[in-house]
Amino acid sequence: MKKLVSLLAVLVLGLSMLPMQNAFAAQEVVNLYNWYDYMDETVFDLFEQETGIHVNKMYFTNNEDMMVQVRVSPGAYDLVIPSDYCVERMIAEGMIQEINFDNIPNFANVIPALQTPDYDPDHKYCVPFMWGTLGILYDTTKVEEEVDSWSILWDEKYADEIIMLDSIRDTMGLALKLLGYSMNSLDPQELKAAMDQLIAQKPLAKAYYVDETKDKMAAGDAAIAVMWSGDALYAMELNENLKYVVPMEGSNIWIDTMVIPATAKNKENAEKLIDFLCRPDIAKMNCEYIWYSSPNAAAIELMGEDYTENATINPSQEVIDRCEFFHDIPDYIMTFYTNFWQQVKNAR
Amino acid sequence: MTNFKVPVWGYWLMGIGLAAFIGLLIAYIRKNRGFRRPIFASPYVLWIIVFTVIPCLLVAYFSFTDPQGNFTLDNFKTFWDSNYATRQSLGPDALKMYEDMGLSLEDLGLGRSSININTLVFSLWMAFLCTAICLLLGYPAAHIMADREFRLGPTLVILFVVPMWMNFLLRTIALMSLMEDSGLINSILEWVGIGRQKLLNNTAAVQVGMIYNFLPFMVFPIYNVLNKMDYKLSEAAMDLGCDKWHVFYKVTLPLSVPGVVSGITMVFMPAVTTFYISRLLGGGKIQLFGDLIESKFLSTSLNEWNVGSALSLIMMILILLSLGLLNKVDPEGEGGGMV
Repeated sequence: MKKLVSLLAVLVLGLSMLPMQNAFAAQEVVNLYNWYDYMDETVFDLFEQETGIHVNKMYFTNNEDMMVQVRVSPGAYDLVIPSDYCVERMIAEGMIQEINFDNIPNFANVIPALQTPDYDPDHKYCVPFMWGTLGILYDTTKVEEEVDSWSILWDEKYADEIIMLDSIRDTMGLALKLLGYSMNSLDPQELKAAMDQLIAQKPLAKAYYVDETKDKMAAGDAAIAVMWSGDALYAMELNENLKYVVPMEGSNIWIDTMVIPATAKNKENAEKLIDFLCRPDIAKMNCEYIWYSSPNAAAIELMGEDYTENATINPSQEVIDRCEFFHDIPDYIMTFYTNFWQQVKNAR
Repeated sequence: MTNFKVPVWGYWLMGIGLAAFIGLLIAYIRKNRGFRRPIFASPYVLWIIVFTVIPCLLVAYFSFTDPQGNFTLDNFKTFWDSNYATRQSLGPDALKMYEDMGLSLEDLGLGRSSININTLVFSLWMAFLCTAICLLLGYPAAHIMADREFRLGPTLVILFVVPMWMNFLLRTIALMSLMEDSGLINSILEWVGIGRQKLLNNTAAVQVGMIYNFLPFMVFPIYNVLNKMDYKLSEAAMDLGCDKWHVFYKVTLPLSVPGVVSGITMVFMPAVTTFYISRLLGGGKIQLFGDLIESKFLSTSLNEWNVGSALSLIMMILILLSLGLLNKVDPEGEGGGMV
């Protein structure tokens, strides 16, 4: 009797230790690893209604965190949304697998120029989700001239009215652009020149912010700010005097893309979700939810003039042509970046 | 936020561990029926081991090793010359290559640089200023609050305590919007006729934030000592012919030294390790030693954690030294330490 009881106890204990998810073993799932607040949540309900596949959502706040997580928990994620330069590294490290584009008929909706980006030239691995640019947001009540160059950040007229971006690649990148170099420079001399420019500029900067910038600009606390297009649109909604421009020297253009980790357990479901997110009406819902630029030509057609007339969200081809994608920087060059950035931060 | 999910067996393990711990505790108490005292310290000891001793050992371990775990003193050399680690991680071959290209270390921006030391000196200076100003503001305040004839004393104590019920970050953010160009203080200044000033994003703003946050740590130790002081001593001094100034100078001040020393340590310690306040009120333009350490740990570069640990260790030694000083002057802990 005693033996039976202990056997039962062990059995009960053992059973309860099995992961809860097994209770839903019958239901199909797809594990999505996404940026926080990056998609309209009702999209997932629609997806489940139509396909019966449940979306498990998990979130990250920056690319570096995401890379670590995908590396240490194989099999946990079926669909991940990294930025362009990370895709490059993930392909190189074999972290992601090729997508079967036969399962994604809606891929045809993607703007042709974005179908074969630099970081995935044979378009085997990824499907773009949203994109945007880096530029200058300025207050037309304080800046009367037409802004078209990064050099305005070095204009002493606007001392203490300029908010810089506290982000290493972006800010080093714009200084490189000002000097006529590539944002992906691998030349220590160019990087040092960019650092010297930023140190010279620092006394003019009101602050180095990331998240605070959009609210400060909306409140009229500064004249000029370095900003991403999506944040700029948010501030422009609140303050009609604001204007966004991508400087003539060129700037960064970025794309967040959908990729499938090599260890994914539900590859076909992930492909179904990618296809669903590329459907024009769904892409429109997401775009109208976060107001970044959509890579989906059919969705843009649906949104009509609201979208196409807005130069911030829909920059002209000429603007796109002068922009540059970030590439993954090899570690030994990255030490130059971090070292120089540290010296900029420390300058007084 | 990383997305870490505790697996189900993890909860079981934690539950079993907790049950075992409680069981052992009960068994131990029952065995030693006298409820021997040290047993009650065991949760605290466990806490200290897990959250203080082990992390400190880890910091020490990291600061004496490279990312591969081999013993090295490079991290401390990086403290003296902040470009040392970068040169090391590039390696002699790469440096040779640049040299052959005709690029000196200075051209590469990798010459000797004392950023870390300069930042530490700047932090020490800021902390010294903060402590001195807190003492100047705090001593009279504590003296008034402890004065028996001053009826509003207890009210003042409450007024000092109440803001501390709110998290210091929230208070600092509030200070930030008060001092903003379009903020309340500037509106008042304009109304008075002085005109708007640039209050935020400079060294003075960071100093104001530090004083604002750390002033109570100066006031309360001094207040504690003065409040406990026997009032009859000053009366006796007066009977013996001292005027008010001499009573303060000959009796009160010497007796309050332990409180002052405690206050100085209590302010200096958090002041010298300050970070984030400097980011909020300095607009990301002013970097203190604490910010420097933080940036080392947030960096994606490989060896930065080790360098950050070495910087932390140097900071900890500084703090230990000041604690030692406190113990020498105030061995009984009369100043009361924490409020």
